[in-house]
Amino acid sequence: MRYKFLTAAFAATVALNFAGPAAATDLEVTHWWTSGGEAAAVAELAKAFDATGNHWVDGAIAGSGGTARPIMISRITGGDPMGATQFNHGRQAEELVQAGLMRDLTDIATKDKWTEIVRPKSLLDSCTIDGKIYCVPVNIHSWQWLWLSSEAFQKAGVPMPKDWNEFVAAAPALEKAGIIPLAVGGQPWQASGAFDVLLAAVGGTDAFLKVYKDKDAKFAAGPEIAKVFKAADDARKMAKNTNVQDWNQATNLVITGKAGGQIMGDWAQGEFQVAGKTAGKDYTCLPGLGLNEVIATGGDAFYFPLLKDADKSKAQEVLAETLLDPKTQVAFNLKKGSLPVRGDVDLNTANDCMKKGLAILAKGAVIPWTDQLLSQDSQKQKEDLFSEFFAKADMTLEDAQKRFADIIASAD
Amino acid sequence: MSNSERPNQLFRNLNAKIASIPMILTALVVFVGGTAWTVLYSFTNSKLLPRLNFVGLDQYHRLWSTSRWLVSIENLLIYGAISLVFSLVIGFLLAALLDQKIRFEDTFRTIFLYPFALSFIVTGLVWQWLLNPDFGVQRVVRDLGWTSFSFDPLYNSSIVIYGISIAALWQGTGLIMCLMLAGLRGIDEDIWKAARVDGIPTWKTYLFIIIPMMRPVFITTLVIIAAGIVKVYDLVVAQTSGGPGIASEVPAKYVYDYMFFAQNLGQGFAASTMMLLSVVIVIVPWAYLEFGGKKRG
Repeated sequence: MRYKFLTAAFAATVALNFAGPAAATDLEVTHWWTSGGEAAAVAELAKAFDATGNHWVDGAIAGSGGTARPIMISRITGGDPMGATQFNHGRQAEELVQAGLMRDLTDIATKDKWTEIVRPKSLLDSCTIDGKIYCVPVNIHSWQWLWLSSEAFQKAGVPMPKDWNEFVAAAPALEKAGIIPLAVGGQPWQASGAFDVLLAAVGGTDAFLKVYKDKDAKFAAGPEIAKVFKAADDARKMAKNTNVQDWNQATNLVITGKAGGQIMGDWAQGEFQVAGKTAGKDYTCLPGLGLNEVIATGGDAFYFPLLKDADKSKAQEVLAETLLDPKTQVAFNLKKGSLPVRGDVDLNTANDCMKKGLAILAKGAVIPWTDQLLSQDSQKQKEDLFSEFFAKADMTLEDAQKRFADIIASAD
Repeated sequence: MSNSERPNQLFRNLNAKIASIPMILTALVVFVGGTAWTVLYSFTNSKLLPRLNFVGLDQYHRLWSTSRWLVSIENLLIYGAISLVFSLVIGFLLAALLDQKIRFEDTFRTIFLYPFALSFIVTGLVWQWLLNPDFGVQRVVRDLGWTSFSFDPLYNSSIVIYGISIAALWQGTGLIMCLMLAGLRGIDEDIWKAARVDGIPTWKTYLFIIIPMMRPVFITTLVIIAAGIVKVYDLVVAQTSGGPGIASEVPAKYVYDYMFFAQNLGQGFAASTMMLLSVVIVIVPWAYLEFGGKKRG
């Protein structure tokens, strides 16, 4: 009797919990969005989530993804999971999912018809492992942008370049005016990313896919990639006087006209906005370096660790829905400088550069990004190579290319 | 009632034995167990999560053909040589100078020891600023009029490790000085008197009498310095984060980066096993000489 009563009472509580209005639940969300523009964007997410009656506990980890990811991963594997966490969708969380530590979101995805609203489709594909969906993409970030400072080019007395080649040609004039032609910060991922952008722009989409998707080492050692290394050599020479570490410090050089340009993802746009600069007037952006107008569909996504707490699990569902809500998407992406993951939202307020990106997206000129194609291990080796290449002026192109081909040969 | 029984050998000093159980367990499980586990998994292809999937010596092959690891080893050797030689020499010289019964000895000792109160992270940041060409030493000297003066070790691949060594010496020499000073104070005054009576010059007394007598102090110092060398990590992270490029990478940073950033535990374990091996190579012959010799003597 007593046992039955207890069960009934328990069932009633559970039923009440689900039936009644969602109680305010604290959900800790970890991410590495800490620069000015990024923090403004994440505040939009927090606002939207708090509006659902839950509470967003901000777990920002400073020092870019490279620093933050190990902390997040060790919390998840160490049995102290947060409510939700940012990763770049792709292969960063692959093993966590395979180990069963992440929550399967397929039910929510089917209910809300994610497959129909998320575009391009490849975004959701990179959240999918073995047919199940494990993450919510929140934005599309593309690396393929060259940001140019109007002030710097005016000072040097040369016209604003329209593509990478013109930019390289303008470099001597910039240097003469005491301006660093190209800002590349000292963090390894910046050098490595800049090379990948050059690969897609100078080498072309096919070359990019052949190297990173098919992992064709012979091709990577061949003459077409040698051309890319030649361009990387130009970049190395143009960047040799950059004495900053962080990407936003490098962007700041462009904002203040101390540097001519920077190859950086569209997240740099947030910094220009925070500094009060107008696209098309104070700065210009060239997608695909003006040579090959494609954008990569990398980006950020939220993953939800598997939690035992029923309330928190419920809050996770609410958060997942909130993240894809059209209103949140617009508010977040405008601040962040990235493109929304759904095509049906109103982006009239988007600036020049975002519109360029949206147009390319609409044309379907998209490529997958290295986060989706390469394992973290191969990426790290690539970072080591390119940070060495950019810092060491006497490293020969042949040597660098040979080592690059070796990495591709052993890549997974 | 059975108080008169002679206690079993195992139960003698029972309290002490019980008290040391936690430490014994810690030593066995954490140190020995952890080490064995790491070495074992260094032969696997574990990525983000440890998996027992043996691949033989593959991780080691890859490790020794990675230029970043080779640069790290080279840096460790240079850094090690510099910090060993200079902290011993400078530390001893400072101690010998302080030992001349000078005035304000306490003040000087405090000044020299102060940097040691700072962590390597703070030390690294301070020296990063001092060595920054735009607002550090170079700038100051240039503002004084020597406009062609150039001193930017942290931005020059070929000398960056020396820039790091400077910071390490600044931080660590004070401690070595104190240890040496303690050693010097432990020398009997009569020895000095005897040496003076025999007319032996001071420098000779130091070199041939005092230093040999200070052997235990030197050994302690050596162990402290050597441990500091192998584990150097935070200083590099704070000062250069391994840059420019990979010019100031060190083994401990390789281990960390590959275990956590690259999500390749196997590779990180292989690198840390190599670090352990290098320590063992240094420690074992030394321990053999130090402790093995005594039994015979």
